[in-house]
Amino acid sequence: MADTEKIIEIEVLRYRPEQDKEPVWQTYKVPFTDDMSVLQGVQYIKDYLDETVSFRWSCRMAICGSCGMMIDDKPKLSCKTFLRDYYPGKLRVEALKHLPIERDLIVDATDFMKKLESIKPYIIPKEERTLAQGEYLQTPQQRDMYEQFSSCINCMLCYAACPQYGLNPKFTGPGILALMHRYNADSRDGGQAERNELGYADEGYWGCTAVGYCSEVCPKGVDPANAINQNKMNSAINYFTRFITPGGADK
Amino acid sequence: MSNRRPYVRSMDGWWKRDAYFVSYMAREVTSVFVAAYAVVLLAGLVRLGQGEAAFNGWLQYLTTPWMKVFHLIVLAVFCYHTWSWFKIMPKTMPIMFVGGKRVQPGTITGTGLAAAVVACLAVLFIVGGVS
Ligand code: SF4
Ligand code: FES
Repeated sequence: MADTEKIIEIEVLRYRPEQDKEPVWQTYKVPFTDDMSVLQGVQYIKDYLDETVSFRWSCRMAICGSCGMMIDDKPKLSCKTFLRDYYPGKLRVEALKHLPIERDLIVDATDFMKKLESIKPYIIPKEERTLAQGEYLQTPQQRDMYEQFSSCINCMLCYAACPQYGLNPKFTGPGILALMHRYNADSRDGGQAERNELGYADEGYWGCTAVGYCSEVCPKGVDPANAINQNKMNSAINYFTRFITPGGADK
Repeated sequence: MSNRRPYVRSMDGWWKRDAYFVSYMAREVTSVFVAAYAVVLLAGLVRLGQGEAAFNGWLQYLTTPWMKVFHLIVLAVFCYHTWSWFKIMPKTMPIMFVGGKRVQPGTITGTGLAAAVVACLAVLFIVGGVS
């Protein structure tokens, strides 16, 4: 091995519901090489130092969205963050903020999953077509209207970056609202009226105060803040015109 | 019975946690100064309605040392306010294309700031021309 082995200190916020009243920090000394991610550092802890440390991961290549954690207080994918960038200092890892800690670095994603389902994250065809009628055509520009918003990997980093969600978990939150916009903005989709009921509610787009940190931390360039805030105009127009357009209003 | 006991962390002092949140809060606080200055201008309008002497009194008041200091503070705060709002403006705009090319966030922010500068210069020019 070309790299000489270095040792880095990793502090892990532990929470074992059966024994800890509240989370506590625990420090581990981890030998590492320059090509090791923070995830690999935590895996080293589990494999060689303390098998009780719990965390989620799967793909190790920034695509499954399961390894998100606070790394030195910033929401990041641990498989896409490298130990060498923290050396010779130490680093702290903690479960994603604003979400309840289930155990150690694992958050309770129930709320996120429930919301994800509620926005109908699939295309509701504008017009039914038979196979014989062929595919739904779309121009490159029509595709550009939603493409970036379709890159979401449900990693929840944006939720850990959103103080509004932390203060009020009823707020639908950045990632899910961005996904809602992804389908609404698709020229083949006709489900806007159904989804807007959620989008235009207090917990929808208006729960956002344009902090903008969600877009900063998103590992996939989704820009949830943009997806949300560009809808406020439509929502306001809808609010004021619902009295004058009979039947044209969403609740 | 389930052994689950999800732990919810406190949000106390959340805005001090990250430099990003601090700058967000600073942006929000500047709105208070905007409102305060609107009150100052509104007072001027009320005095104007009360006649020339009242209005001149208000103008006189604006030249007192305290009001000068206040204006300097407000000017600095408004500069930050303008910059921070135009910085977030691209987030509020739908995806736009000009000549088949996507309009970049920097272009939107730059255009907004340029418009603000032009508006300020126009006001200064008009006021300068009147007095
Ligand atoms: S929008 Fe970005 S940060 Fe939020 S869940 Fe999707 S990929 Fe993760
Ligand atoms: S392990 Fe899949 S995103 Fe990190």
